Amino acid sequence: MGYSEISIPADGLTTVSDVLEAIDKTRTLTGTVLYAVNMQYAKVTTPVKDGDEVAFFPPVTGGSV
Amino acid sequence: MKIEVSFSALDPWAEIKAYQESRMDLNGKFGATACFVGTMRDFNEGDGVSKMILEHYPGMTEGQLEKLAVTAVERFPVLDLLLIHRVGELLPNDPIVLVAVWSAHRGAAFDACRMVMEELKSNAPFWKKEVLASGSRWVEKNTAG
Repeated sequence: MGYSEISIPADGLTTVSDVLEAIDKTRTLTGTVLYAVNMQYAKVTTPVKDGDEVAFFPPVTGGSV
Repeated sequence: MKIEVSFSALDPWAEIKAYQESRMDLNGKFGATACFVGTMRDFNEGDGVSKMILEHYPGMTEGQLEKLAVTAVERFPVLDLLLIHRVGELLPNDPIVLVAVWSAHRGAAFDACRMVMEELKSNAPFWKKEVLASGSRWVEKNTAG
């Protein structure tokens, strides 16, 4: 989406889904997306509040073999 | 227990030796030590790979690894566990990850070591980018093992 971090006003945002709507109106995020709220795995329905850190990332590909 | 995410070069064998020596309180208590070391290869999916960049989510990655290690120690009778994972730029032949487990008997050591590696592959926030002759690409999926 062109940036790695962004701060947005929390008004009216109650779930991860709302946050996604607010930052990705043109639906540039495609494929499988994972969610985290305050560094814990979350779902689109997970509640969010002012001050939370919400992260969106692709499936993990770590470890080595 | 020691869990670390590091940008510096990893010497897994030196780390195991140093950690074991620092845990003298375990001397005579452990009968088994199981280790896994993952190393970067120079080939993946039919293409030569010259460099790899391993990205992570600072804070969440460490937290997930700690959670994972605690689960292993709770599920199996493990005496101690060492987990070090590289991030940043890696070249072929560089060690990427080390998991070492100490327990009284071999069953727990093997099982805990395996469990940590399998869970790490599916849950820990790391993303690999490979640099090839033709450009670079993000790895889409893990190998089956």
